[in-house]
Amino acid sequence: MKALAALFMRDVRIAMRAGGGASVAVLFFLIVVTLTPFAVGPDLPLLKRIGPAMLWIGALLASLLALDRLLAADRDDGSLDLLGMTAMPLELAVAVKGLAHWLTTGLPLAIAAPLFALFLNVDGSAGFAVALTLLAGTPALTFFGLIGAALTVTLRRGGLLLSVLVLPLTIPVLIFGVAASNAAIAGPLDFGTPFTILCALSLISFVIGPFAAAMALRHGQE
Amino acid sequence: MADSLSLAAEDLVCRRGGREVFSGLHFTLSSGQALAVTGRNGAGKSSLLRMIAGLLRIEAGRLVLSGGDLDGDLERSIGEEAHYLGHQDALKPSLSVIENLEFWSAWLGRAELGGGECRAALGAVGLETLGRLPAAYLSAGQKRRLSLARLVAIPRPIWLLDEPSSALDAAAQTTLLVLMREHLAKGGMILAATHAAIGIDGIRELRIGPAA
Repeated sequence: MKALAALFMRDVRIAMRAGGGASVAVLFFLIVVTLTPFAVGPDLPLLKRIGPAMLWIGALLASLLALDRLLAADRDDGSLDLLGMTAMPLELAVAVKGLAHWLTTGLPLAIAAPLFALFLNVDGSAGFAVALTLLAGTPALTFFGLIGAALTVTLRRGGLLLSVLVLPLTIPVLIFGVAASNAAIAGPLDFGTPFTILCALSLISFVIGPFAAAMALRHGQE
Repeated sequence: MADSLSLAAEDLVCRRGGREVFSGLHFTLSSGQALAVTGRNGAGKSSLLRMIAGLLRIEAGRLVLSGGDLDGDLERSIGEEAHYLGHQDALKPSLSVIENLEFWSAWLGRAELGGGECRAALGAVGLETLGRLPAAYLSAGQKRRLSLARLVAIPRPIWLLDEPSSALDAAAQTTLLVLMREHLAKGGMILAATHAAIGIDGIRELRIGPAA
């Protein structure tokens, strides 16, 4: 337990310090959200309608941004070798790394969402509804992304392939995340239905992600 | 330190990228002994160390660790009993020297370690004054020393050293020699892949591949 806590603290520390990915993801999110009105034009009803979807796409891309360093950084400096040289299962190590990654990239995105929602004419409670769906859905983005990160860890320029691999996996998350946001804002659907499916997707990713990622890492040791 | 362990390799085969690197490799090593792994470039010295550490699949043959308090604990792998000092230093540039060492102590150490062991280990490799410095500012030799501190802070019986003296200055090489001698005296084992002479009395040589 102490070892896992140490790993968690290490990854959080690295992300928070200069050069870490924590603030960059939020800035990237901000830029995507800011660009949208420029692309769509000053049509406030339209912005309000597509707002939740744009927030979700922005968060999706932002959470993808830091993912390629999640395991590749540890491989490049040899840390990944040492992480495996203990009785601790690799699955747990990977899960803890995923958790630290979510805390430093996924959670800040959800927290920033109500503020950034204002830029898209999604105000007040609607913004908080989107934030709530992001809070429930971003863990799924991180933990499904973990699989892609583990698969591409041996490649030198794995970041591009990572995006191609992971984005299709995130389609269900995107669908139900946006559906839940829209249900909360405009109806007529019940908010609970897509939201519980979104939560279920996150829970599934908690289970599948670490196991698949650890398997990919083990297989990668040629 | 566990008493009288022995590590035996039987008919090991290493294949990388479809090409056979070495085959039919035998050796035995017991507590207090050191083995210098030599051979030309590409002979498979590093691969052998990585195989023992459990970082590389063993294509054929067996590696057996026996003796000490290990008997009956078949779940325990050789990697858990070994320190691997590879070409990379496994240090995070944004963490300080002591943070790096404390993390690896917590991750690799079996017993509860206080901060004292880490400070003492830093002292042993001559980095005691640099504890708060981010690892990014260390020179190559200092990074190597910090990796060595990991071996000192966490007791493990097998040391797998890949070119341990690279980037080290004369003083640090002496320190390394002292540390290795202490480790052997405490009943540890050392496998070192190297081109240079190590300078330990009674060290045996394992030559992989044809003579250079």
